[in-house]
Amino acid sequence: MDSAIDTTHAEHDAAEHEHVYVPQHRHHFETEEQQREAGSFGMWLFLLTEIMFFGGMFFAYLLFRNWYYEPFVVASNQLNIGMGAANTAILITSGFFMALAVWAAEVRKKNLLVIFLILTTIFGCAFLGVKYFEYKEKYELHHIPGASFDVSQFINPAAYHLNQPKIAPDQAQHVQLFFFLYFAMTGMHALHMIIGIFLLFWLLWRARKGEFSSGYVAPIENFGLYWHFVDIVWLFLFPLLYLINRHPLN
Amino acid sequence: MSTTETSILNLPDQSTAVIPKKNFITAEDGLLSWLLTGDHKRIAMLYLISITVFFFIGGAFAGLIRLELLTPQPDLVASDTYNKFFTMHGIIMVFLFLVPSVPATIGNFLIPIMLGARDLAFPKINLLSWYLYMIAGCVILTSLVLGGVDTGWTFTTPLSTHYLNTHVITTAVGVFIAGFSSIFTGLNFIVTIHRMRCPGMTWFRMPLFVWSHYAASVLMVLGTPVLAIALVLVLLERVFGIGVFDPTKGGDPLLFQHLFWFYSHPAVYIMILPGMGVISEVVSTFSRKRVFGYTAVAFSSVAIALFGFFVWEHHMFIMGVSNYSALVFSLLTMLVAVPSAIKIFNWAFTLQMGSITFETPMLYAFGFMGLFTIGGLTGVFLGSLGMDIQLTETYFIVAHFHFVMVGGMLMAFLAGIHFWWPKMTGRMYPESLSKLAAVVTFIGFNLTFMPQFILGYLGMPRRYHAYPAEFQVLNVLSTAGATVLGVGYVLPVIYLAWSLKYGPVAGNNPWQATGLEWQIQSPPLTENFTEIPIMDHEAYDYEWLEHKTAQEVNAVG
Amino acid sequence: MGISPVLWQFLVKWLTASALFPREGSTIAPWMDELYLFLLGMTVTGLVLVGAILFVFSMRYRKSVHPVATQIEGSTLLEATWTIIPLAIFLVTFVWGALLYFRIYNPPVNAMNIYIVGKQWMWKAEHPGGQHEINALHVPTGQNVQLTMISQDVFHSYSIPEFRIKREVIPGRYSTVWFNATTPGEYHLFCTQYCGTNHSLMIGTVTAMSPADYKKWTEDSTSGMSLAQNGERLFASMGCNACHSGNAAARGPSLAGVYGSKLTLANGSQVLVNEAYLRDAILNPSQHVISGFAPIMPTYQGQISEDGLIDLVEYLKGLNTNYRVQQTLTTSQSDQAAPTTPGVVKP
Repeated sequence: MDSAIDTTHAEHDAAEHEHVYVPQHRHHFETEEQQREAGSFGMWLFLLTEIMFFGGMFFAYLLFRNWYYEPFVVASNQLNIGMGAANTAILITSGFFMALAVWAAEVRKKNLLVIFLILTTIFGCAFLGVKYFEYKEKYELHHIPGASFDVSQFINPAAYHLNQPKIAPDQAQHVQLFFFLYFAMTGMHALHMIIGIFLLFWLLWRARKGEFSSGYVAPIENFGLYWHFVDIVWLFLFPLLYLINRHPLN
Repeated sequence: MSTTETSILNLPDQSTAVIPKKNFITAEDGLLSWLLTGDHKRIAMLYLISITVFFFIGGAFAGLIRLELLTPQPDLVASDTYNKFFTMHGIIMVFLFLVPSVPATIGNFLIPIMLGARDLAFPKINLLSWYLYMIAGCVILTSLVLGGVDTGWTFTTPLSTHYLNTHVITTAVGVFIAGFSSIFTGLNFIVTIHRMRCPGMTWFRMPLFVWSHYAASVLMVLGTPVLAIALVLVLLERVFGIGVFDPTKGGDPLLFQHLFWFYSHPAVYIMILPGMGVISEVVSTFSRKRVFGYTAVAFSSVAIALFGFFVWEHHMFIMGVSNYSALVFSLLTMLVAVPSAIKIFNWAFTLQMGSITFETPMLYAFGFMGLFTIGGLTGVFLGSLGMDIQLTETYFIVAHFHFVMVGGMLMAFLAGIHFWWPKMTGRMYPESLSKLAAVVTFIGFNLTFMPQFILGYLGMPRRYHAYPAEFQVLNVLSTAGATVLGVGYVLPVIYLAWSLKYGPVAGNNPWQATGLEWQIQSPPLTENFTEIPIMDHEAYDYEWLEHKTAQEVNAVG
Repeated sequence: MGISPVLWQFLVKWLTASALFPREGSTIAPWMDELYLFLLGMTVTGLVLVGAILFVFSMRYRKSVHPVATQIEGSTLLEATWTIIPLAIFLVTFVWGALLYFRIYNPPVNAMNIYIVGKQWMWKAEHPGGQHEINALHVPTGQNVQLTMISQDVFHSYSIPEFRIKREVIPGRYSTVWFNATTPGEYHLFCTQYCGTNHSLMIGTVTAMSPADYKKWTEDSTSGMSLAQNGERLFASMGCNACHSGNAAARGPSLAGVYGSKLTLANGSQVLVNEAYLRDAILNPSQHVISGFAPIMPTYQGQISEDGLIDLVEYLKGLNTNYRVQQTLTTSQSDQAAPTTPGVVKP
């Protein structure tokens, strides 16, 4: 019984089999190149799904901002722009070191790679640290949506020594919507950061073993794409949540 | 050639034929070798078993629903229980059966082979998606065991967020996880189709099965995350009660519907497109002809995927959306109907000048074409704005989507299973019994769902536990049909299981088909091909096959 | 045929009691049925066409008759044919359906208005004359009736299949539909949007009656107070009249004749005052501040039911002069003032 497709094609030249076999090469890929391309293509597709995922929340944000412009402006002014700006800088720096890490892997410098990955991790953790203090501040101000949410500062800012226009109670309820979206969006972003940091630890461990120092850089590259994507999401979140209403309400 | 006048079935001489000793099933032993496998064929088998289980769980709920509706009074179960029945039926059937049905089983098994690859691009992610599927299934079953959920499969807010105290959260988490399973499957397919085609396998040499899976995968990858975020918002809203979807707190209940249908309408095409791919293969094989208008069929899949993203609002025509946006979405809905019509006519014309035989897969394919025509054209009723007012939210809708999903997709799934069963297992099933099952399914299906069209125009609302007495005759007919349909679905399970041990050995190419999958042994080797093939002919090239077979006969003789 | 007479009787009774096509109870029904029959014709034609092609080809080209297939690539002409013809038919149904949709969802101006409030799991109907009904609706034949509907909780859907109308009843938002009943009789009323446990009990009866009977019914079932009268009472008891008194120095704008007019809001945008606007302005006043007024009105969210809102809206719709508003205000002020300092008019 013949057991496979006929293999007698004359044009089936032997050149096809001259791949460089490396330990990471998976048997089902014909060539190392094919594996690398597939990996990076898959990563891009995954990022596409991530865009759609965040897109749903951006859509909700835009809808409600359009409906409830005033409360959104007031609420946005309550965000700590200093911490937000610091975080932006931290995240960009982290992304910068990630780019350097990819470079280090490509030029096969093991120690540099490890150092850059550590720096990426440190800045990633720093971002989360700042985020923690930001959330804490919101908690103390009763700005976390839910049972403990308090609108009185928005109805009567003078009593809290706040320099902001007061808004009507019915509008103040909508401040909560803003904070809900703020926490949903930044929370989802932070979750991506946390996952990223765990992946970074794993990559570090592998990098220290020298796995990425012999020309096999796909995991570093793909993780780099992911990390930059997380950066970019923040680069949309920061202006939309913090900056866009940074002007006095008239 | 041992084919007869009325069949192309060509089994090897049973006295000498054996299943190849080395194949993907025998490659490794033990449960762990299955649970930790990276082999797309084994994962396909795992999927096949699990979706069959979920199909019958979902089917049991369908049976209970029909049983309750035998009488106009709410007498079999309490209203809450009935509501849980149709919710669980919907959720299990949609998320755990229809979405993964053809892609995760037949597609998983065949796409790498059809492309001449050894596996999908990411075998581990493929396995992960099965595990996610199983976790999702278990979570949903847990919510069922804990007491069920009664939101309807659509999770409509604010009902699901503020007015029910059933296990909405558990179920939504389950659906969320199932979504990621389908994202990973789609992602794997797209990368495989882009990057893993064998030498000579150009885009327009790919079987149409692959084209339709490509279109479906794009929908999975782009649509499912929106469902995920909609469910996350429902969860948060339920836990914290913020009011994103609650009008009394300034939220917008329609926002949820927009997000939900942005996925769930394309999901309909995720479900039907792979089925259309199966039909293309089957119709071509059993009429010994290249699919009529290959490019038109291929591009119609892509067109469906493209337009499919821009018609979601047709689920909300009566929900107070702006009349003018309804106009746009109605127009787009009409446009998306056209590619389906193109496909139907192309399949029909594939028969022209062919040499047709009527084996089981072909019977299912005929069933598909008839029922899908009805399902598709009744969709035009609903896309037509004015008509939608009378028909939406009634049994007409129920009948329409069951014609598409069950009459279309399930028929296609069964056609595919019967077509590729000899390839997957190396054994043939009893042909006369399977033909009987196909006919029984067809009759049972029509008896079940035809009366529901009439009920729908009469105005019987869907999801009703009790109904006015004058609707009883049609409901009894429908329940009777469901019984027949049930028999039609149980039969294949029995004889297919039987065939695993006692079925005749099928040989490599029992149907004389042209696809790459038919040129290798059945069941295939773990690595599919001993040598990566080179595609030097078009898809569905029967002259190439004839030439090749002649050469082999010469070589042996 | 020896069919048992008992069984025969049973079958006959059963079949005659069942329906196959809904009655035509409104002027909309024939329009809908025309489209339905057209679409049905389209479906049957399509099905017969596909079926015939499949059958004829199966017969002519089955293997025993046509043992060797002739390979055909395709045909651009045929592809164009079955792209363009279905497209043309679908576009016809699109235009036809759209015309019908606009006809059903744009109420005629002279329609009488009945308010519907949906809640789990009942329908409340409120007639302008103050008649209230639960899970029932009485309407006169031969007159355009508009339903203005709102839900107190979840989505519901108001469906009268024999009138061929249906519309979602949405929480927090008015939706409308209209009909003109032609034949007196009783018709089914269904909630078609799944709304929880007793969804299938959220049903009722629509009774169409001749105008004379309807007049009699309204007189027999009046509660003595029209919606507008209820609204007037609410307007006073909730203190609306204190600000919306129509006085030159009043803190709120005058509401006489405001319905149907165009207002300029504080943010410069123009709005048309309809039922939805009035309702929203009561619940979310600070989003609807009229140009020239301070945003001081408190919200009435949670303090007034949908029924109360309907009363207020109905009252404001008919409010043409502030005469009675001021009278009520003066009376209540002098009532309050009277016991303590008789004879003295407080500033």
